[in-house]
Amino acid sequence: MTSLLLALLVLGVIAALFGALLGFASVKFKVEGDPLVEQLDALLPQTQCGQCGYPGCKPYAEAVANGESINKCAPGGEDTIKKIADLMGVEPEPLDGAHEQDNTPKVAFIIEEDCIGCTKCIQACPVDAIIGAAKQMHTIISDECTGCDLCVAPCPVDCIEMRPIAQTTKNWQWDLNSIPVVELD
Amino acid sequence: MTEYLLLLIGTVLVNNFVLVQFLGLCPFMGVSSKTETAIGMSFATTFVMTLASVLSYIINSYILVPLELEYLKTMSFILVIAVVVQFTEMVVHKTSANLYRLLGIFLPLITTNCAVLGVALINVNEQHNFFESIVYGFGAAAGFSLVLVMFSAMREKLADADVPKPFKGSAIAFITAGLMSLAFMGFTGLVKF
Repeated sequence: MTSLLLALLVLGVIAALFGALLGFASVKFKVEGDPLVEQLDALLPQTQCGQCGYPGCKPYAEAVANGESINKCAPGGEDTIKKIADLMGVEPEPLDGAHEQDNTPKVAFIIEEDCIGCTKCIQACPVDAIIGAAKQMHTIISDECTGCDLCVAPCPVDCIEMRPIAQTTKNWQWDLNSIPVVELD
Repeated sequence: MTEYLLLLIGTVLVNNFVLVQFLGLCPFMGVSSKTETAIGMSFATTFVMTLASVLSYIINSYILVPLELEYLKTMSFILVIAVVVQFTEMVVHKTSANLYRLLGIFLPLITTNCAVLGVALINVNEQHNFFESIVYGFGAAAGFSLVLVMFSAMREKLADADVPKPFKGSAIAFITAGLMSLAFMGFTGLVKF
């Protein structure tokens, strides 16, 4: 009987000691969030465009950390894929065709006659490029718009469309400095 | 001193835990597909094995033997191993997120790696003293690491090799492991005990 009690006591004491050690270690080595997700998030372009199929850059970073394929970030392009591949220790892949954007710059445009003033697009806009109030017509500040097309889906009356930016002499990239003008002698 | 050196070489090469005593085969097959992961696993296992053999020696000779509770040794050794593994997991999670992700489920599974419990129990059966226990634990881990890293390097080569279809994947890996085991049997008689 005594030996049984002794055995129980000894195991109990050992277990309690180890429990205390682990408890201490879990406080001492506490991990704030998932550091890998933070590092991945820092590599993504933070346009919050959702073209990867996730509602923003942080959720996509979490998905990549859990094994989602790394080639879905269209705004980041090959450069970002390469950096993610380096961080994750995997081979870089070409950009996923389904997520490849056509590179003509676009801005959202609200067909103002159809707008019912529901403010849903304002809530969706990640860069606050839409102005308007409830039951008032909304409009888009095209200089602020990043062309992420997140406002298109929430619109209940489909009055938002993406329009390519017309090329004018103002936004044409002149690249004057890159024209090699040399003096011939 | 020579005695310890002989014990170390004997454990690493002659009585290699994986290839001669056939302990710890699960991580040997499981984490050997990439060298980087294998190296990480080697470090984690080395740390756990050495520390577990020291701690279980202390518990056995200072608590269990004086109180005549030797029948509790399997249970208390498992407890020690589980704690050391948990501790290692916390440290790895804190220090290297990438390694933590690569090791994945195999890190907590060191708890059930029979080589770790094997080291602790063999230490008791062979009546090793404190330093012999440390050397034996470290030697066993070094032997495990050695063959794990060598095997993973071979498997990386095998992944590119033109293997006949019926032997692809795990089959050729098992055959390779068997050949390595045969090669390690060549060390028999290198150290006389």
